[in-house]
This record gives sequence, structure tokens and C-alpha cells, in this order.
Amino acid sequence: MSKKHGALRGSLLSLTALAGMVSLVSAAQAEELRLLTWGGYAPDEVVEMFEKETGIDVEVTLSNNEDMISKLRATGGGGFDLAQPSQDRIAGAQLEYGIYKPIDLGKIDNDKFIPSMLDATKSNTTVDGEVYGVPHVWGTSGLIVDTSKAAAVKDYTDLCAPEVAGKVSYRLKRPTLIGFAYAMGMDPFAAYGDEAKYQEILDAVEAKLIECKANVKTYWEGGDALLNLVRSGEVVAAMAWDTGGWKLNNDNADITFVAPKSGALGWIDTFALPRKTKNEDAAYKWINFVMQPEIAAKITASAGNFTASKGADEFADDKLKAQFQGSFPPADLDNIKWYPTVPAGLEVLEGKTLDRVKAAQSN
Amino acid sequence: MNKSASITTGGTFRFGLLLLAMPLLLWLFLLVILPHVDLFLVSMRERISYGKYEFSLINYIEFFAEPLYWNTYVRTAVMSIFATALTLIIGFPVSYYIAKVMRGKGKNVLFLMCLIPFWVSELVRTFGWMILLRESGVISNFLQWAGLADGPVEMLYNDAAIMVGLVYTSMLFMVVPLVSVLDSLDDSLIEAGYDLGGNTFTVTRDIVIPHAMPGIASGCIVVFMLTLGNYLTPNLLGGKDSLWFTEQIYTQFITRFNWESGSAFGFLLLILSSVIVWVGLKLSKQTLSETVG
Repeated sequence: MSKKHGALRGSLLSLTALAGMVSLVSAAQAEELRLLTWGGYAPDEVVEMFEKETGIDVEVTLSNNEDMISKLRATGGGGFDLAQPSQDRIAGAQLEYGIYKPIDLGKIDNDKFIPSMLDATKSNTTVDGEVYGVPHVWGTSGLIVDTSKAAAVKDYTDLCAPEVAGKVSYRLKRPTLIGFAYAMGMDPFAAYGDEAKYQEILDAVEAKLIECKANVKTYWEGGDALLNLVRSGEVVAAMAWDTGGWKLNNDNADITFVAPKSGALGWIDTFALPRKTKNEDAAYKWINFVMQPEIAAKITASAGNFTASKGADEFADDKLKAQFQGSFPPADLDNIKWYPTVPAGLEVLEGKTLDRVKAAQSN
Repeated sequence: MNKSASITTGGTFRFGLLLLAMPLLLWLFLLVILPHVDLFLVSMRERISYGKYEFSLINYIEFFAEPLYWNTYVRTAVMSIFATALTLIIGFPVSYYIAKVMRGKGKNVLFLMCLIPFWVSELVRTFGWMILLRESGVISNFLQWAGLADGPVEMLYNDAAIMVGLVYTSMLFMVVPLVSVLDSLDDSLIEAGYDLGGNTFTVTRDIVIPHAMPGIASGCIVVFMLTLGNYLTPNLLGGKDSLWFTEQIYTQFITRFNWESGSAFGFLLLILSSVIVWVGLKLSKQTLSETVG
């Protein structure tokens, strides 16, 4: 798509100046922040409060990790003023496509962040000495289990048990590969730097997933589709995000999020500046605005996940806190495996594995 | 001949024609040819390291070396041809009934009924099918209620579900050209066929089908192209075994960031559809200009 636009612009040189003037005028009239984010991270209430306080309009585009990189890659980092990729997906994409711009830490209220999370994100998103991301929302992925029907499911590999045949679902994406690898007693994150070793792990996981395929009802794609499958009872155990489990728990006390024995996978979604951002100031304003504890609590309420904002826990919903503590006893909390930065090239290997699993005959 | 002569002689007229054709030419060049050229160039390079690319045929070699891609490619083609044939078999009697048997208002009503499902988007139609076919869905519940099934029946997530979705989605594109071509067939020809001792089978074979051939060909081309390029239906109805080639292209572009092999796959799909349409036209002894015009 971008190429088409690029070509169009190139051939209509005479119009470019005019178009530029027009866009300058409109920018002056209403300041705008184009935010590329996940569902629930910019609830209407917060957007309205921000507009009232700063006069900046926020245009929200919902996305996911792969889609964010693809969108920004297509425009060379243009079209958006602020993006929210996961922390492990920034450095690789930056090295490969150069779609982000370093964050000026001086413009951010550092004391609003939980220090350990800020440091971890900074070190994970550093490329050539520049920091490209600061943390916003964090959460885990693990298992959603209907405890009345599939109480035996305690780990990823239990999804392949005959008792739940035809009633499980997971995504065919990299978290599944990593989750299964851990459940099979391997350590994929430790093998990140060693392609041959990682390939060995992938091969073992591939064999397991192919064997397990007959058990799977369908590979889910969107979160809502999965929630429907579980709600209707067609699926009794699935690999999914924690929030989904808690959402279902509100409707049906039997269904909840379970941290797998081998450890839930922890992710942190960040703030990152696209390289061609047109309104950097508004982006910093938004970051500092949503990191205020009261505002962060509102985002927690809408997204279902906790934020890296210091002190926001106090404002969070008690029910959600109780659900969180129910799913994560202290030992499980320490056992969360945080995603390290994905080295380039690994995703190609993973892609081929996923393709082969998808193509394998299940019955 | 006359026309082209007058175009070349009158300079101003030629300029006027060029101006008139400009939107079309621009559209073709900027939105069709240019992106394809770019796609082709992208497909001919290999990623060496961060931001470095080299000319290479690796993407095409990979396609032929990896049986998975091959299988998906062939499977998509075979299933698309099958879906097209099925659409024709179902669509032909329907069109014949609308064009030849029905008269007056009833004809318009029937035609409209074929059209109505297309007032909602493809996504909504596909979700409609999912509601009907799923394990906790309408048909499954009905079967249990009627005592025909003991437990929930899963009809979603298999090839048959994909086929149902594809045929349903493309039915209109078969019916419209068929109705218009059958409308143009003079009733007296059919009557004459019967008068001369033909039966339903011979009349259909010797009079109706030969006359309808351009409509059949154009309907089949449109349906085949739509089916081959369909992404939504196979993906949503097919579940874990769906395997459609467009899905493969999408994955390469969006989830793998591998534009190089995605472009190569895109080109291979273009070649596949062109070849199959060409073979189809040869077999049915039609020409493209006849079918389109």
C-alpha cells in the first residue's frame, strides 16, 4: 500500500507542496495524537480526559505486535505518533527496519514508573546505547481452564491429554512454541543466542504439537473468538492471556486463569516513538498523562491488566486484585518467565515450524 | 481500421482521447502495474543481514523445495476448481429457472432473493454460517432436538464447511451472467428443438449449453478468481486444517515480516490463476474477448 502512495506522490510533484500546506494548516487547527495500540489501552474515558486537559485529539488504532511492525515498516515509521509494541519486539524491529526513534528520558516523569520494570524495559529495548521503549501495561499468558470439566490441566502439555480431546484451543504463534518448550522441560530463552540449539528445541516442540493436533478444536486467532468458544463450553482448556480468564471468571466462577506449572509467560507492552512521528510532544504528554496512578487504574479496569505505574494498585478494582492473587500465588509469581529480546532470525525458524504444524494431518 | 486511421491523423483528437483515457491509464499504471513491478523486484531479493538485500531466486527455490508450500498451492487450486464446478452445477438450474421458466414479477423477486445475501458483508455472512454449523449452533441443536443425534455435532472446521462457504459466497457471480445469457436465448429455438424430436437432455446439451457458453465461461472465471483469492472464508470456516494459499501469503507478509517470500508467493498465485483460466478457456473453446465482451 505504501508503495502505491509513494508512487502517487512522486508523480504528482506539483501537488505535493500544496498538500503539505494544507496539512500544515489543519495541524495548526487541531493538534492530534495518532496512537497505535492494543484494545483497552486507551479507553474513551481516558481519551476524553486527555483531550479536555491538553486540547489534543487522540486517534486510536487498535493493533497487535506483528501488525504494528508491519504497519510501521510499510511507511518507514510514519503514520503514527506513538506505538505500543511489546518490549521484546522492539530491538529486533529497530535493527532490521529502523522504524523507531530514541526516547528522550528527560521528557518522561521517571518517578511515576515502577523502577524495576522501567529498568528492565530500558535495558531490553536499548539499541546502540539509545533507549527505545518505556513500560506501560504488563501481564502474562498461561492457561484458561474450566475447572469443573478439566481440572487436570495444570500445564501446557496437559492440553494434549486424552481427557480433553477435541476441547482445547491455542494460538499457532510463538508464545505457544515457547510455552510448550518450557512445559517439556527445556529452556528456550536460554537458547535464544544459539540457533542450532534453538532449532533442536523447536523440532521437539513441533513433534509434540503435531501429535497434539488431533486434540485441538481449532487454533484461535482473535481473543473474542476464543472467549466465545470457552463461554459456550465448546472449549474447556486453552492457552491464552490472563485477562481473558478473569473476564470469563466474572460470568462463570468455574472458569479462570491458571498459571502453568512450568511458569506463565510474562510480557510488557511499552511506549515507543515511530521514527516519523509528527507530534512528539503530544506523545510525551500522553505517556506522562496515562502513567498517573488514577488514570493508570482506569486503563487497568478497561484492559484487565496492571500497569507499570507506581501506586496505581491502590486505585485498582478489588475483584481484579483478588482474581490476580487467586491465579498467582507468590511461588507462581516468581516463576513468571519474562520474554527477553527476540534475536533476529529466530522468527524465521519459528515461522517454518508453525507452518509445518499447521500443514500436518491431524487425523 | 478506419477508427485508428482517424486517431492517428487528427492530432488534437488524439490528444483529447489521451486525456479521456488518462484516469484509466493512471489507474492501471499507478495502482496495477507499478505495484506489481515492485512486488516482482521484492520477490527477487534475499535478506543478507539488517537492512541488506541481494538479488537471488531463493524465494522461488524455497517454494519448490518445501513440500508444505507446494501442497497448499495445489490444494487451493484443486479446491477452487471444485468449488467453481459446484457453483456452476447449483447455479445453472437456478438461472435457467429464473430466466426461462419464471415470468413477470416472480422473476424479479427470485433474482432479488439471490441478491439479498450480498447486502451484508462477507464477514457477516461467514459468521452466519459459523452460528449455524458450530457445535453449540442452530443445526446441531435442531438435530439433537429431533432425536437424530445423541450429542452435539461439530460441522465447522473442515473442508466441507469451507466448500459450503465458498459456494454460497460466489453464487451470485455465477447466477448473474448465466441469467443474462439465458435471457438472450430465443424460446422458439428451444421449442423447435423439442418439435424436432429432442428430449430435455439433448435440447439442453445441443441448444441451451452452447448458447450459454460465454456466460458459463465468464461466470466460472469470476467465481474461480474470487475463490482462489478468498481469505476470510477458508480461514474462519476451515479452522486448524484450513490451509489456503492466500493465508500463506498473509502470514509471510504480516506475521513473518518476510515480504520477499510473500511477494514470490503472490506472483506464483497470479501465475496459477492465469494458467488455469487460460486452460479453462482453451478446453471450453472460448476466447477471452468473447467472454468479457
